[in-house]
Amino acid sequence: MRVRFDPEPDVCPTAAFAPEELTWPRVVRRAFSDPRVPHESTGVEGRGTEEVKTNDVSDRVNVGEVGFTVELGRPGVGVWFREIQEMAWELARAGVVFEKRNPITSLMSDPRNGTIREDIMNEKVLSAIIEIKVPVERTEEIVRLVHAVEKRLDTVVSLGVATRCDADGEERTVAPILERLGYKLERAKTNTGLGRITNTANAAHPGEVAAR
Amino acid sequence: MTNTLHRYGDADSFRDDYVVFAMCCRGRNDEGAVPKLRRFLEMALPFNPVNLGDARHGGALRASKSMNPASHWKRDVQPDFRTVIEGLNTLTTAAAVFDNRVAAEDFLKTVKAADLGLSVNISTSIDGADQCCHEADACRHSVGYSLGFEGRTAHLPNEDVLKLSTMCGHGMVSASFAKKMVDWVKEGRRTPAEAATYMTRFCSCGVFNPSRAKRILEEARTRQK
Repeated sequence: MRVRFDPEPDVCPTAAFAPEELTWPRVVRRAFSDPRVPHESTGVEGRGTEEVKTNDVSDRVNVGEVGFTVELGRPGVGVWFREIQEMAWELARAGVVFEKRNPITSLMSDPRNGTIREDIMNEKVLSAIIEIKVPVERTEEIVRLVHAVEKRLDTVVSLGVATRCDADGEERTVAPILERLGYKLERAKTNTGLGRITNTANAAHPGEVAAR
Repeated sequence: MTNTLHRYGDADSFRDDYVVFAMCCRGRNDEGAVPKLRRFLEMALPFNPVNLGDARHGGALRASKSMNPASHWKRDVQPDFRTVIEGLNTLTTAAAVFDNRVAAEDFLKTVKAADLGLSVNISTSIDGADQCCHEADACRHSVGYSLGFEGRTAHLPNEDVLKLSTMCGHGMVSASFAKKMVDWVKEGRRTPAEAATYMTRFCSCGVFNPSRAKRILEEARTRQK
């Protein structure tokens, strides 16, 4: 039995917080920080990146390819768009192709050189993911590149690396590269391969994830 | 978003953390997917999940829209799985969280047998997921590794706080709030189970693991003594 009264910490006792209507460019902050609002700044449904979560039906990352999710600002530190820009420029200089259906890519005025629209450079968001795909031979090069750029940024980076397994369900290609680079692999998201195409006819935009 | 991938901790710290989630891909397997997602959640119930959630509506514990001071003593802290299942009414990600490997394995076996056609992923330690797939006779298709946190890591909080706050990949459990819960538990103002439920309510996808949070809070309290 608690005698001392502490207000329940998950609800403001005086209802002092209320969301404000935001306009461009500040609305970008909400789109990249609040998982419960639609991504109206980009037109991409939800906040999500698909990675390999539906790879068993989309073949987004094929055999011999590696998908990178370079998430800046996570966990909980936040990132300025000018810092995201620096990373995007360096990756573009390396000749990578940015994933089209990604909120950051959709904010690029020129995806070929990684240039993000100028009017949002002074916006800070909770986190944002740059998503690229490269041949497996470039894995080490990209990891080293990201590592070099992040030293110049005043934020944290969460790096995810996704790949296909062999026909027997083993992954023998990328893990050894990452371990050689000094990473101790602890956690992963594993696609169990239970998905299959069940639609009677493919829609106009296959591959678009139906989730947030 | 990679909302369950980058949880902080070593492989052993995920021994009570198995997030199994299902989703569909538009144009490929989204026709009739809503009842399948609901069925996926329903099938989890016999295996005693510690949380269920859909990414649009939230988890089995949600923030309250109205409370009175009596809530301080009489608040219902039981997870409401039925509301999650019945509330799933749109294409989204459905997730079931378990605190032991056997339950996750058995659930995966059941999901495989049901042959829903949805993409099903497990987010946990690499070995843990491998064993689940092996037991369920599911051949892993793809894997997404977390390489952890890099860059200006001096900005990050201590390990206990990081383990708690990173269980919501959307950042809805702030480091300051997690630290407050650790402090409250150490001061005896809340039990670890109570503090875990507060944090669970903030996760808008229902993937926060209150069982692991309780253990982390208990370890933080015990370490202090």
